[in-house]
Amino acid sequence: MTLLPILLQMVLALALAPLVNGFIRKCKALLQNRRGPGILQPCYDLFKLLRKGTVVSQHASWIFRVTPYISFLTALMVALMIPMITTVVPLSLFGGVIAVVYLLALGRFFVALAALDTASAFGGMGSSREMTVAAIAEPAMMLSIFSVAITAGSTNLSQVVQTTLQHQEQFLSPAHILAFAAMFIVLIAETGRIPVDNPATHLELTMIHEAMILEYSGHYLALIEWGVALKQLVLMTLLVNIFFPVGVGSAFTAASLATGLAAFLAKLLVLALAVVLVETSNAKLRLFRVPELLSVAFILALLALASPFIF
Amino acid sequence: MSPLTRMASEPIVFLLFRSCLLAYVIGAVLALAFTRQQRLANTLSFSSSCLGGLAGIVASSLCLQQGASPAFDLLPLATVFPFAVKLDPLGAFFVLLISLAAVAISIYSIGYAAHYYAVKNVGALAAFFNLLLLANTLVFCASHAVFFLVVWEVMALAAFVLVSFEHEDPKTRQAGMLFFVMSHIGTGCLILGYLLLYQSAGSFRFEDFHLLGTQLSPLQRNTAFFLFLAGFGVKAGIIPLHVWLPEAHPVAPSNVSALMSGVLLKSGIYGLLRVLLDFLGTPPAWWGITLLVLGSVSALLGVLYALVQKDLKRLLAFSSLENIGIILMGMGASLMLSSFGQPVLAALALVAALYHTLNHACFKGLLFLGAGAVLNGTHTKDIEKLGGLIRRMPKTAFLFLLGAIALCGFPPLNGFVSEWLTYQALLQGFSATERLVRLNFPIAGALLALTGALAAACFVKAVGITFLSLPRSPQAERAQEASPSMVVGMGLFGLACIFLGLFPQVLLRLMDPITQQLLGTSISPQLIAGNGWVVTALGASEGSISTVGMLSFFLVLLPLPAGLWWLWARKEKSVVDETWDCGLDRLTPQMEYTGTAYSKPLQMVFRAIYRPRRQVQADFAVSRYFTQSIRFQSQIEPTFEKWLYRPVNHAVLRLSRRIRLLQAGSLSAYLFYIFVTLLTLLLWERTR
Repeated sequence: MTLLPILLQMVLALALAPLVNGFIRKCKALLQNRRGPGILQPCYDLFKLLRKGTVVSQHASWIFRVTPYISFLTALMVALMIPMITTVVPLSLFGGVIAVVYLLALGRFFVALAALDTASAFGGMGSSREMTVAAIAEPAMMLSIFSVAITAGSTNLSQVVQTTLQHQEQFLSPAHILAFAAMFIVLIAETGRIPVDNPATHLELTMIHEAMILEYSGHYLALIEWGVALKQLVLMTLLVNIFFPVGVGSAFTAASLATGLAAFLAKLLVLALAVVLVETSNAKLRLFRVPELLSVAFILALLALASPFIF
Repeated sequence: MSPLTRMASEPIVFLLFRSCLLAYVIGAVLALAFTRQQRLANTLSFSSSCLGGLAGIVASSLCLQQGASPAFDLLPLATVFPFAVKLDPLGAFFVLLISLAAVAISIYSIGYAAHYYAVKNVGALAAFFNLLLLANTLVFCASHAVFFLVVWEVMALAAFVLVSFEHEDPKTRQAGMLFFVMSHIGTGCLILGYLLLYQSAGSFRFEDFHLLGTQLSPLQRNTAFFLFLAGFGVKAGIIPLHVWLPEAHPVAPSNVSALMSGVLLKSGIYGLLRVLLDFLGTPPAWWGITLLVLGSVSALLGVLYALVQKDLKRLLAFSSLENIGIILMGMGASLMLSSFGQPVLAALALVAALYHTLNHACFKGLLFLGAGAVLNGTHTKDIEKLGGLIRRMPKTAFLFLLGAIALCGFPPLNGFVSEWLTYQALLQGFSATERLVRLNFPIAGALLALTGALAAACFVKAVGITFLSLPRSPQAERAQEASPSMVVGMGLFGLACIFLGLFPQVLLRLMDPITQQLLGTSISPQLIAGNGWVVTALGASEGSISTVGMLSFFLVLLPLPAGLWWLWARKEKSVVDETWDCGLDRLTPQMEYTGTAYSKPLQMVFRAIYRPRRQVQADFAVSRYFTQSIRFQSQIEPTFEKWLYRPVNHAVLRLSRRIRLLQAGSLSAYLFYIFVTLLTLLLWERTR
């Protein structure tokens, strides 16, 4: 039965993606001495937006209308190509980690195009900045993934997780830790979090991602937001599962799924808390300081690769 | 047996191949014959080259399926000069590439050349176009060094004429001359290289050059490597030998730019492969590292320069440098792996490089043709004056977007497959050796990722500023959709991009004879899995992709968001309204982001490379905050021109002024020179 894993993972990803966002927002509010909205708030938002009509710019072309679908579906497809609670990856044969990165880039390409489509200056600004940040984040991400993929001798993620599981002593090896640190910085940048971008702002001069999707409304906006949440979940999953695949089930049985799910949620929780701490304890960087942060990630990933020769 | 009966008994491949070449000859002759009736010349000549291309496609694919053909003389009657031609798998692959491009570009040209009627000599354009196709096809299958150099030169001259076609513009003439000079410097290196090989082979036939490298001394071998690298590198546009490329491509007619970028550059790649893998034999590792480094530098600098261009065709020209760089990365990895004694991995890298070579011809051909359609429809290629073309030229816009997606390497199109193969070769190369040099592989991989991400930014700019939002000038507002034949030409390239993306197994199988010929191993059985729908990195556990799988799964998932809309939002109204104009009167094109502004953040991030210079001049009344007019000028430093070419240029000029002393103009002095030379030669001959 191959359909069941696909459906299971799809439902899990679709449901979990907004919840992670809600959790991060709630924790941030608590750390800032606010009560904050409930964890389910992003789900309510999505639900509401999905039922709303849309306003589309008269200057926009068909690209503006297909972009939400492409962005959402590429993110969903990627969510099915990574191991979440078991190493049985539904679409593992369709592509490994390189395909994951390129599919996410495809979604971003279209969102950046759609931002230019409406002739608004904000769209262009956001699009230009997003592509700049992505251009510097992507090599760091690739390099840190390479260091894991090379150790595992494979770019197939299920294979990577299995190999890493068999060599648990490597969890504390310098290469592993350096690559993890690099990937964590990339996660912050790619999901548009402080200090790179502020997901909660619509303050025009500092926004990156929000400026790009400013013209979207209704169910288009819902699809874009959901896609972004899925992408965040994907990156977080990559981070926790390829570097610390503890508890990832190796068979498709109820028991292994249950422990896998519990471990997965626990790891996500810890990572989300780390993201919250970083977001609360930092101020947003000036745009032209962001490349410095990302080059740190690049250097860390490079060191991770070179570390067998150094240590 | 008379030559004619011998020709008749030849296998079908030769027959097709001969008719391909003949079609190009006929095309050139017809074009010259009908220079007065331009419409006729245009149609006949370009149809002829299209038919030639079709014959070439069939001939080369047959040859790739059957393996090497024996050498044969192109003109059996001519005994004085060796017209030796051989279609071996490597050559056949490149013939396939040029024939594909010939078909699409010829069809496009019929519509494109129409705007030259009564302005320019269309007959000459068509004739030299056919000549370029003929010479370039022969370059790929010449099997005699002298013949190779002759057709190489004909190819360069035909390209020179085509580049300078619009010679009324001094910029065009300048670019043409630059191409001419650079091209001949390259040819000079090639002549020296072949003479060096001739010294030890004692013949100019390519069969005798086969694996000659093993008999050469290391010094000779390395000299040959550098001579050929420089000679072919000029044609391929490897940085720093690239300076002619961004000048020549924008000024040439767009169909010629497509042909040059898609095919002419590849003749340099072909030459390098032929010499490095066929003639010079198993290379030392540092040759591979040299190529890998050159490739990484070309790819990165190419895309960085492409990013800041305002001229659409110049942007595409720089992006060609990037792709040549990616091809070189594959070749460099292949050489390194082959020197480490890993023929299978070397074959993987070679397949990646060849795949990308064909891919680049398809998507860059498409993009240049698209740029030509834009130029034709709006009479400008300055992207700051374009915009909004997606409404006025919807077909061109769609096809250009398709080409851009393919170029950026996004699934499921063809660029993804070749870039993925390159990544795999680089990743697996890391495990092929224990030495520190292996760090080259992942670093090259990271640079490839950086290049890919920058290419995405570059093409969001190219597509977004050119085709989306509001038109920025009256020309763009009055833009006309391209004529049907131009759309068909572009569409063919688009189809090729889709086909090569979705069905990589077809091409991978065709590449077996090439890797067999050059590296002695065929890897397509290991690369293809899942009934042909999955490409693996030499084994499913190493990694795999299935572009068809991704596309079909995308379509399977599509009902989910569409269904949600149907379920909940179908009855809600969708309002079409104006974009928010910041509270001003109304939205004008001046408020849009410009191309320069778009690439500005990246220009600032990489300012160490660009060394940008900017000048702002503002006139204001009353206070600084009320600007009346503002002039903004920004430029980046042309590093290679300034630090490499200008000093060399000055040195050459200074030297030639010195030498001019010899040329005093007095006859008796010249007679004296001749006498002294003769005497020296006689004495030298005597003492030897």
